Amino acid sequence: MKRALLLAAVSVLTLASPAWAQQAGHSGAAPDPHAGHVTQPRANTPAPADSCTPEHAAMGHCTLQPMTAAPPTGDPHAGHEMPADRSVDPHAGHSAEPETLPTDPHAGHGQSSAQQPDPHAGHSMSEPQTQDPHAGHAMPGQSSDPHAGHAMPSMSQTQAPPVAPPPPEAFSGPEHAGTTIFDPELFLRKREEELIREHGGYVTWMVLADQLEYRAQEGRDGYKWDIQGWYGGDYDKLWLKSEGEGEFGHSPEQAEVQALYSRALDPWFNLQAGIRHDFRPNSDRTHLVVGIQGLAPYWFEVDGQLFLSNKGDVTARFEAEYDQRITNKLILQPLVEFDLAAQDIPELGIGSGLSSAEIGARLRYEFVPEFAPYVGVEYERSFGDTARFARAAGEDVGGWSFLVGLRSWF
Amino acid sequence: MNQLIERRALLRAGAIGAAGVGLSSLFPAWAQSGSAGLAPTLPTLSGEDIRLKVAHSPFTVGGRTGHAITMNGVLPAPLIRLREGQNVRIHVENTLDEDTSIHWHGFILPFHMDGVPGISFPGILPKTTFTYEFPIVQNGTYWYHSHSGLQEQVGHYGPIVIDPAEPDPVAYDREHVIVLSDWTFLHPHQLFGKLKKQGGYFNRQKQTLSGLVGGDDDLARNMSLSDRLMWGKMRMDPTDIADVTGSTYTYLINGHGPAENWTGLFRPGERVRLRFINASAMSIFNIRIPGLPMTIVQADGQNVRPVETDEFQISVAETYDAIVTPTEDKAFTLVAESIDRSGMGRATLAPRMGMQAPVPPLRPKPLLGMKDMGMGGMDHGAMGHGSMQHGSTSDMNNGASSEAMAGMSHDMRDKSLVPPDVKVGVGVDMIAPMPVDRTGDRPLGLEEVPHRVLTYHDLAPLTAFHDKRQPTRSVDIHLTGNMERFMWSFDGVKLNEGAEPIRFARNERVRVNLINNSMMSHPIHIHGHFFEVVTGMPHGNPVKHTVNVMPGGKASFDLTADAPGDWAFHCHLLYHMHAGMMNVVKVRPMDDEGEVA
Ligand SMILES: [Cu+2]
Repeated sequence: MKRALLLAAVSVLTLASPAWAQQAGHSGAAPDPHAGHVTQPRANTPAPADSCTPEHAAMGHCTLQPMTAAPPTGDPHAGHEMPADRSVDPHAGHSAEPETLPTDPHAGHGQSSAQQPDPHAGHSMSEPQTQDPHAGHAMPGQSSDPHAGHAMPSMSQTQAPPVAPPPPEAFSGPEHAGTTIFDPELFLRKREEELIREHGGYVTWMVLADQLEYRAQEGRDGYKWDIQGWYGGDYDKLWLKSEGEGEFGHSPEQAEVQALYSRALDPWFNLQAGIRHDFRPNSDRTHLVVGIQGLAPYWFEVDGQLFLSNKGDVTARFEAEYDQRITNKLILQPLVEFDLAAQDIPELGIGSGLSSAEIGARLRYEFVPEFAPYVGVEYERSFGDTARFARAAGEDVGGWSFLVGLRSWF
Repeated sequence: MNQLIERRALLRAGAIGAAGVGLSSLFPAWAQSGSAGLAPTLPTLSGEDIRLKVAHSPFTVGGRTGHAITMNGVLPAPLIRLREGQNVRIHVENTLDEDTSIHWHGFILPFHMDGVPGISFPGILPKTTFTYEFPIVQNGTYWYHSHSGLQEQVGHYGPIVIDPAEPDPVAYDREHVIVLSDWTFLHPHQLFGKLKKQGGYFNRQKQTLSGLVGGDDDLARNMSLSDRLMWGKMRMDPTDIADVTGSTYTYLINGHGPAENWTGLFRPGERVRLRFINASAMSIFNIRIPGLPMTIVQADGQNVRPVETDEFQISVAETYDAIVTPTEDKAFTLVAESIDRSGMGRATLAPRMGMQAPVPPLRPKPLLGMKDMGMGGMDHGAMGHGSMQHGSTSDMNNGASSEAMAGMSHDMRDKSLVPPDVKVGVGVDMIAPMPVDRTGDRPLGLEEVPHRVLTYHDLAPLTAFHDKRQPTRSVDIHLTGNMERFMWSFDGVKLNEGAEPIRFARNERVRVNLINNSMMSHPIHIHGHFFEVVTGMPHGNPVKHTVNVMPGGKASFDLTADAPGDWAFHCHLLYHMHAGMMNVVKVRPMDDEGEVA
């Protein structure tokens, strides 16, 4: 189902994008592997240090041609160059003998591209100008340096010593140096208050009114809210959710509140568990809740919940929404919601299976991200036994709503 | 006493400044300003005894007044000018109702004078005075700032210039301090809260449908749908370049907003030394002075071989000194464009007050690419074509790249790529599949500008680093984060989660490899030490206290752990640090007896 949703949303995107068509069929013509090579001399070579030292020059005693930072199409092989005045081996780790210059200056790139043959094997290490096998290659237009970075891993590993734990003496002495100079009690208290807690221990809260809206429906206008709030740190949060709807002039048809403990599962998803109490239609139902809320690939906000009520019935709910930015302030938010039940619950008019579904879209304008009025449409429909129950009660099984509302958070 | 005089001069300056005349005569050359704004320019403090008073102050920029925490009532804090070889006592009075602190950024000093609460000392408690006392053993351009809470965001930072004991190898006729910073009227805790609630909150330059169909005049936005889908599949945003942007920040130069146009004077033909300090909380800037080449002579307080450039990127907490030699009797605009191009700081260099040069518009927004995703190694061979960097839409649209991305997207959290002690949990949304050293890469958005751009590879030390030993061991530190939850850490562990301190033996020579498993730049700073950024260039490795690690890339530095004690080690993006991207470096043994090496 999730997959279908993604597909649906992706196709919405696709429809809205003529650029897609241009991209399709773009052939992967083999690019010139030497694109970007130029024969320009090194621009950032230090000036010859003969009689005029930079110090003297800077003091105005002589004229030193300053080094210049590389122009955009600088030497593509910068970095291939072997440090001449340092007894260091840019290929450390690849060769047992640091003194021996490997013939392949790129040996060791296998770290990052082991399966790829190295088209640059053979670059000279000492005289890149004269021995550059790419010297003379024309440069087709402006292009960034295909070798930028590629030579660097080995360079930075210049005789890289092994990763090793600290020597034993590094563990000697006081655990906290500050306690040897300042009042240890005060120091350690401040360490906890000013250092530890202030660097990563942030606890905050949020209230999000995702939907707060007026719903124009055939013959009976109503309202709906969907609000959630949380309090906590990066991993653990107390989460409250409330949603409900009704017609004007009547008490709400449906109203519920959930109190959940939320635990971060991974960078994007939270496991949530707690209770849900229904105030409407009957206030005698309380549920255990377990669910997952978070951000799915392609930036879909998803929320799936499973409920076990004190009457023993099992239901589930799944919601997904997506923010499509038309401009940085105008945002189209398609949304779907499915309600499912494991059994018939006749007293609530719910049948087993897919009981109802909503699909809608809200177009909001973010005056500021925290304040965004919207207009939208929604189509709601019940299925199967739920639809049968509705018909039996003389209610519609489906219908459109036109929405005007506010999305806000603080 | 000195300080009192300065305060009085300052008040007078404010009164006269409001009238918009004669301001320049009240200040020494370094602080010349043509601004008629209320924001005072920098008064100077020097000598052996310096007094600083931390207090709440109003701060006005762009016609609006907000709340600041300042030193001696000014923003930026007063310029402290010292001389190498002297001793200094700095008495810091805290008039706040909360703790404060001052950290001397880039200073070599005893650990207990370094000013980090809970690492160096307990902090400066409310209504108390703490005296810092230490010898000045270095020279160059530095700065100082609070290390308590988020005070740095609200104005608690200032410049330091230390004159060398020996004749300065850099000759200049005049100098200006250029303190870059970011100001917001939003309370920093609210700001941080917004990032926690919605990681991309301040990014108002996201990709849009109108961009896709070409309605957006910004070419960089026109990424193909297939590439958009790849990014979407990974739940990553190629426009996520700065966490906090010009949508809330006013970018300041010496406390002046762009409209207030801080002006530094020169006489045509003079060699003018500009001491750039990025004292921002969160803003990385691209610096250029159209029409005026800059010769970089110092980075992070350390002299470098003069290298001429047209633009350079200055990450948070870095300093660069540049010599410019304007020969014409005309004004030049100094542009400090934020890395995501959501705004700029702007100042003017001019022979006379009131002169202005054209202000270039913000350039097209850059876009993150493969290398920023940690797929730098794929440019080579696997891709079979040039890099698909930033804004190069023809490359981005290449079908091959999409396939490569599709293949990679499954592996964006491959735990086998990091050692087991890196905790790949909730706080890590990406592991760079093939990170490469990027110290020689042009910065984001400057890959294809048609002029010279400085990289770390262009920086050569004027005098070689004192320790010539090869490191005996390597330490890998993974820079990790979760954009969605705004969690930041080293090795997947936030400081408050009980991060293991980083331990060095005293005088140990260590290579530290910083591997950036995120799509953001992280300026990584270690206290109490300088290190050599390993560029592998024949002209030597630059000596720095802060190294900017580009997205999805690597940077290595060689460190001599010669300062016993406990030191902070952190990302200098304030809210990354506050979110947990901080650790403690312990150098032991403490006493001289146990000295190794
Ligand atoms: Cu960071």
